[in-house]
Amino acid sequence: MARVAEFLTRTRGRGRLHWTDWFTYGYLLSGMLLMFGPVLWLTLSSFKSDAELERFPPRFLPYAQELIEVEGYEKPLPVFTVTAGELAGARVAQIRRIGLVAQVVRPEDPGQVYKIGIKDRQPVERIALATKNYSDLFARFNFMRFLWNSTFITVMATLIMLLVNSMAAFALSKYEFRGRTTVMALVIGVLMVPQTVVLVPLFLVTRELGMLDSLWGVIIPGAATPTGVFLLRQYMLTIPDEILDAARMDKASEWKIYWRIVLPLSAPALAVLAILAIMWRWNDFLWPLIALSRPETFTLQLALNAFQGEMDTNWSNLLAMTVLTLLPIALVFAFLQKYIATGIASTGGK
Amino acid sequence: MANLELRNVKKAYGAVEVIRGVDLQIQHGEFCVFVGPSGCGKSTLLRMISGLETITDGSILIDQSVVNGVPAAERGLAMVFQSYALYPHMTVRQNLSFGLENLNTPKAEIAEKIQDVSRMLQIDQLLQRRPKDLSGGQRQRVAIGRAVVREPRVFLFDEPLSNLDAELRVDMRGEIARLHKRLGNTMIYVTHDQVEAMTMADKIAVLRDGLVEQFGTPLELYNAPDNIFVAGFIGSPKMNFLKGVVRNGAGTVLALETGDLIALPDDKAQMPEGMAVTLGVRPNGLQIAPAPDSGNVHVDVRSVERLGGESYIYTAMPNGDAVTVHCPGQTEIEPGSSIALTIDTGQVHLFSTENGRAL
Repeated sequence: MARVAEFLTRTRGRGRLHWTDWFTYGYLLSGMLLMFGPVLWLTLSSFKSDAELERFPPRFLPYAQELIEVEGYEKPLPVFTVTAGELAGARVAQIRRIGLVAQVVRPEDPGQVYKIGIKDRQPVERIALATKNYSDLFARFNFMRFLWNSTFITVMATLIMLLVNSMAAFALSKYEFRGRTTVMALVIGVLMVPQTVVLVPLFLVTRELGMLDSLWGVIIPGAATPTGVFLLRQYMLTIPDEILDAARMDKASEWKIYWRIVLPLSAPALAVLAILAIMWRWNDFLWPLIALSRPETFTLQLALNAFQGEMDTNWSNLLAMTVLTLLPIALVFAFLQKYIATGIASTGGK
Repeated sequence: MANLELRNVKKAYGAVEVIRGVDLQIQHGEFCVFVGPSGCGKSTLLRMISGLETITDGSILIDQSVVNGVPAAERGLAMVFQSYALYPHMTVRQNLSFGLENLNTPKAEIAEKIQDVSRMLQIDQLLQRRPKDLSGGQRQRVAIGRAVVREPRVFLFDEPLSNLDAELRVDMRGEIARLHKRLGNTMIYVTHDQVEAMTMADKIAVLRDGLVEQFGTPLELYNAPDNIFVAGFIGSPKMNFLKGVVRNGAGTVLALETGDLIALPDDKAQMPEGMAVTLGVRPNGLQIAPAPDSGNVHVDVRSVERLGGESYIYTAMPNGDAVTVHCPGQTEIEPGSSIALTIDTGQVHLFSTENGRAL
C-alpha cells in the first residue's frame, strides 16, 4: 500500500514540485475527469428520483426530501423547515399546497393546520439513493429477458466469430494456395465498406433465411469480420512453421494442428479479439434494431431505446438500466485486459 | 528394416532448380550425413525425404516402396528440427506424448515409453516444465526425445546442434552417436559442419548446388576425394591447392606459376604436356625444409598458430595463394620469414584445373 502511494505521488522535483510535475498531474487529472466524469455523473444520476433529475441547476449527489409519518394522514408527508413568520425555525410536514400557500402541520401536534407562504419554507433534504429506479427494472420491465438476450447474443456471436475467424486466419497464414493474396486483399477490402451500405442487402438475406426477429438473425450476420481475420492472421504469421511441421511429423491431422497447436498459441490474439467482439456485440444497436422487432427479443440496447418515447423519456429507469448495461462490459474488460499483453508463443524456438 | 533410396530426385521452385537429380542408397542402420555449404539444398533434400516438401521429379523409396505420394505423417519417420520446434504451450511430458496420442497409443504404454526415453536422455526431472524454462541443451534433448519416443523407421536431423555452444555441441554429438548405436535405426543428419560429419557419419553425402558431389565413408572422402570441392570441404584446416602445368621430361613434373617445380609420383596417370593441373595437399602432407634454398615450394610466413602440441603455419606463395602447413610439436618460425616446404608426394591429390575432377 505504501509502495502504491509512493508510486502515485512520485515527482520529478525533489522536495518541491517541478513544473513538469504540475503539467503531468494536471494532464492526468483532466484526462481522468474527461474519462470518468460522465460515468460518475451517470451512476449518481441513476440514483436520483424523477423530481431530482428534473431539477435545475442539477446537483451532484442524489438528494431526497425527508418524509415523515404523521398521525391522521395516510401517506408520509414531506418535511420542511419554516424560515419566516411565527413558526420560524420549526420542522413542519406539508399536507397540501394550494397556489402560493402551503398547508402544514407540526408532527408533534397533527391536529393544528397552519397556512404559510411557500416562500417561507425550506425543504429538509438528505442524501438518499433512489433504489426504486433499479427495482422497477425487475418489477415493471422485463430486465432479465433483455439481459438474457444480450448475453446470449454476445456469448454465441463471440464464440462463433472466434472459431470462424481463426479458421480463416489459419488458412490464410499457414497454407500456400493459388489466390491466397487475392482472398486476403478481398478480406481487407471489406474493411472499407461501411456497415450502412450493406444494411439493406443484409436485411434482405436475413429475411430470406427466415432469421428476422430471432436472436440468430443478429448472431450469424456478424460472425465473420475482416478485422478479426486480419488481426488473427497477422498473429499466426509469427508462429514458426517448424512447429506445424513438427506436429505433422507427429502424425497430427490438419484439424488437430489447428485445434491443439495453432489455437492455443494464438491465445493472446484470441483474447484481444474476444474483448473486441464482446464489446461490439454487447453495444451493437443498429443491426439489432433492424433485425429484432418483438419486445421479447430485444437486447438491452434496444430496451434502453424503448425508454425514450416521442413525448416523454423515462429518465430514472433509463439511467438505471444504462448503469446495469455498462457493468458487464466493464467487468469483462477489467478481467481480460491483462491477457492482451501476455504472450506465450515466444518460447518454443531457440 | 528401413532402407532408403532416392532415384533421380529433383525439386524446383518455379524455374529455379534447387535439387538437380540426386541418387542415393542408404542401408538400414546407417548414419548418413548430408554436408555442404549453406544453400546447397541439403535441408530441402531432408524435408523432401520427410514428406514435408513435395518432390518435382524422381522417386523416394523406403523399403522398396515408393512413398512420393505418402504424407509426412504416414511415412514413419521422425525429425529433429534446427529450432527444435517444441510446442511452447505444452509441458515436456505433453511434448513427448503428443505424437503417441495421435497414434492412439494406450495411456499406460505412453507413460512407460516416456519414462524410458526421458531416463535415457536424462530429462526425467524436467517432465513438468515448459520449453521456455529449459536451457538450450535440455530443449535439444526434449526434441530428440520427441523423435525417439515414437520409434520411427528413420530419424531425420536438421542441423540440430547449430544453436548450441561449442562445448555442448561436442557433448551432444557424442550423445547422438551413442543413441544411434543403441537404437540401431537409420539416421540422416544434415549439417554444414564437416567436423560433425566426419566424427558421426557412417556415410557422408557432400552436396553442392543441388547435386551430390560424392557419397562414401568419411575416410573415403578424406583419402580419395572425387573433385576439388570435396577435397576442399572435407578436412580441417583446408587442403592446399597449388596450380601448375604438366612438364613431361625425365619423369612428370608440375611447374607452378611461381616457378617452383614439383616432381609427381610415377604411379599417377600419364598426363599430356602442358595440361593445367591443380595439386592438392593437406597441411600435414607438407614439411618444412631444413634450409630455405632446398625444398619444392617457397613461401612467406603470414601467421603462426601455436596450439602447444602442434602448430599451424599460415603462409602465402609469391603469387598470393595461401598454403597452410601443419607442424607437429612447437615451432620457432616467426611471421615475416621465408621458408621452403617439401611435399610428401605420397599424400598429394591431382585435379584437372579445368573441370576440378580428380585425375
